[in-house]
Amino acid sequence: MIPLSWYLLLSATLFSLGVVGFLIKRNLITVFMSIELMLNGVNLSFVTFAHQWHLVKGQIFVFFVMVVAAAEAAVGLAIIIAVFRARSTLAVDRIDLMKL
Amino acid sequence: MNGYLHLWLIPLLPFAGFLINGILGRRLPKALVSTVALLAPLASFAVVLNAARAATSGLALPYAEICPVGWINAGMLHIDFSFVLDQLSLVMLLVVTGVGFLIHIYSVGYMHDDEGYARYFSYLNLFLFFMTVLVLAGNALLMFVGWEGVGLASYLLIGFWYQKTVAAEAGKKAFIVNRIGDFGFLIGMFLLLANFGTLTFSEIADKLAANPAWSGGVLTSIALCLLLGATGKSAQLPLYIWLPDAMEGPTPVSALIHAATMVTAGVYMIARTHALYDRSPFALSVVAIIGAATAIFAATIGLVQNDIKRVLAYSTISQLGYMFLGCGVAAYSAAIFHLMTHAFFKALLFLAAGSVIHGMGGVQDLRKLGGLRKHLPVTFWTMTAAVFAIAGFFPFAGFFSKDAILYAAFLQGNSGKVLWFVGLVTALLTSFYMFRLWYLTFMGKSRSPEVHPHESPWSMLGPLVILALFSIGGGWIGIERFAAYLAPSTGPLSLETGSAHLELVLSILAVAVALLGWFIADRFYRQRPEAPARLAAAVPAGYSVLAHKYWVDEFYGAVIVKPLMAVSKFVLEWVVEVAILGGLAWLLGGIATFTGAILQRWQSGNLRSYAAWLAAGAAALLLFALVPWTTVLANVGIHFNVAGH
Repeated sequence: MIPLSWYLLLSATLFSLGVVGFLIKRNLITVFMSIELMLNGVNLSFVTFAHQWHLVKGQIFVFFVMVVAAAEAAVGLAIIIAVFRARSTLAVDRIDLMKL
Repeated sequence: MNGYLHLWLIPLLPFAGFLINGILGRRLPKALVSTVALLAPLASFAVVLNAARAATSGLALPYAEICPVGWINAGMLHIDFSFVLDQLSLVMLLVVTGVGFLIHIYSVGYMHDDEGYARYFSYLNLFLFFMTVLVLAGNALLMFVGWEGVGLASYLLIGFWYQKTVAAEAGKKAFIVNRIGDFGFLIGMFLLLANFGTLTFSEIADKLAANPAWSGGVLTSIALCLLLGATGKSAQLPLYIWLPDAMEGPTPVSALIHAATMVTAGVYMIARTHALYDRSPFALSVVAIIGAATAIFAATIGLVQNDIKRVLAYSTISQLGYMFLGCGVAAYSAAIFHLMTHAFFKALLFLAAGSVIHGMGGVQDLRKLGGLRKHLPVTFWTMTAAVFAIAGFFPFAGFFSKDAILYAAFLQGNSGKVLWFVGLVTALLTSFYMFRLWYLTFMGKSRSPEVHPHESPWSMLGPLVILALFSIGGGWIGIERFAAYLAPSTGPLSLETGSAHLELVLSILAVAVALLGWFIADRFYRQRPEAPARLAAAVPAGYSVLAHKYWVDEFYGAVIVKPLMAVSKFVLEWVVEVAILGGLAWLLGGIATFTGAILQRWQSGNLRSYAAWLAAGAAALLLFALVPWTTVLANVGIHFNVAGH
């Protein structure tokens, strides 16, 4: 049996990768994917604990997170398209004004 | 009958009148306003009469009523609402509520057509409330409440016609000058507290009685501080300047507040604290000198005044000087005796003058009056009684009281004889200026033929007649009996060094001087009306000094008011406006700009910097949650006291 800590380590690594990606990547779509990575890192620890303690709550949480992530992806991509149309760029550093 | 006198009703009834007329007066019909305004002092007077009846039928004086709920309890300091009835306060209460009631009646006629009718009466009732509190107070602090309160009422009533700038200014002047005196009173109270630990008059007297050797020193300073308060309230040198200006108020107010009652509060206060003054010969001689100096000083100014009310105002200052002189030679009962008779005849003089002004449609310049004897017969005869009383003719009231003071002064050694002589000269001047006023007002021909004078209504004449009776007969009680009655509260009047023979000689001298004053006035203003102008032209310097009232107002204006105004203006414009307000505004604005300049860096709009802060915050929270802080801190020597261990 693979120990609990391995799963958690993987989960933390995924989450940290997501954070670092969010902070250093310039392209809005990559930033967006980093968020998905963080969500999945968290999902992994949910599943891990659910498996460990034989509780179904963790699994249900994962479903919820997936639903929210799917909805967010739909809205987020739409916003990204809108931003690109308005600014002709997807570099986050350039998108620093609240108004157009 | 449980022997309880309900002294608290004496002040609170006028206070109720004040509240009713003050709050509802404008909406009430005039008749109801008058009823309330008159009932309050009448009921108060009735309570006083009841107390007087009890006092004559065996009630032990002093009789005290103390509110069961204390007033101030702070550490060692205990001050109660205590009302004390003794011989002194009883006499004072009878004068205040009795004369006060008469003047209320008079006011109904005098103020009948005034717009502020209800306001006037509410102020008048308020005055009676504070005045009776002042008189009944069993400790200095409660007396101070009344003292300040009558000052407030005086201010409100002097400035009653506030649309007139002079009246508003006169009210302010009275209030501010009185504040200087009140400052002395306050310091005196602090000194009393520091040295006696109490402000209750009876306890102070007891402590003094227990230490017969204690005199001078701190007692002198207390007495002098209280004296400063008394000179302010009683318009003595050097703080008398507000009283002549106070004549801008309605005439009944001048009669009640600025002649009969409030201005005598200083005399009352000295008599009330006489135990202190008895231990300080220096303070006593200061009181006597101030009294004598004020008496003759004000009398000389009164010689040349042309406003009927101003003559009476200076006469009041002068007569108050007599009372101070009486206090200063430790003849407190004589001073109170004069206070009482003065309340009768001076109230009468003012009310009669008010009747003249009322009858003449507002004329109060002596040069425009004259020949009113036929038109205002009742006013003429009552005023004549008052003039004879103040001039000191036997057997009018003023003769007995003035004589008692002068006699007591004469018996005080050589310096006392000087004071007596000053008093005698003042009596001559008094007689002269009063008869001058009398001749100019009532005799000869009218100098304003276009005015058709009319006698006042009986609501005004009634009080005049009653006061005239008192001005004639008020002194017949005699100083011996009066002093003997007051002795428990003011100490005995010691005249043992004198003799009946000496007293008779002095009395004859006093009457002779009064006759001389009448004679000179008669020469000047009846037989040879051109004489006064000729005399004024002969000594222009002397006349100018008197007509300008020794330039005291100008002197105070230049020495005190102007520099004070300049300093105040500087403080207001530069310290307050520029430094404090401007500086504060600049500082607040600066802080906001500065913090804004720093905080705006967080609001860059840069997504990644937001995210970085978010990550840093999350990391910090994580650190805070994961690190076992108590252990870490315990390792460096800091221990948390958890649950009392």
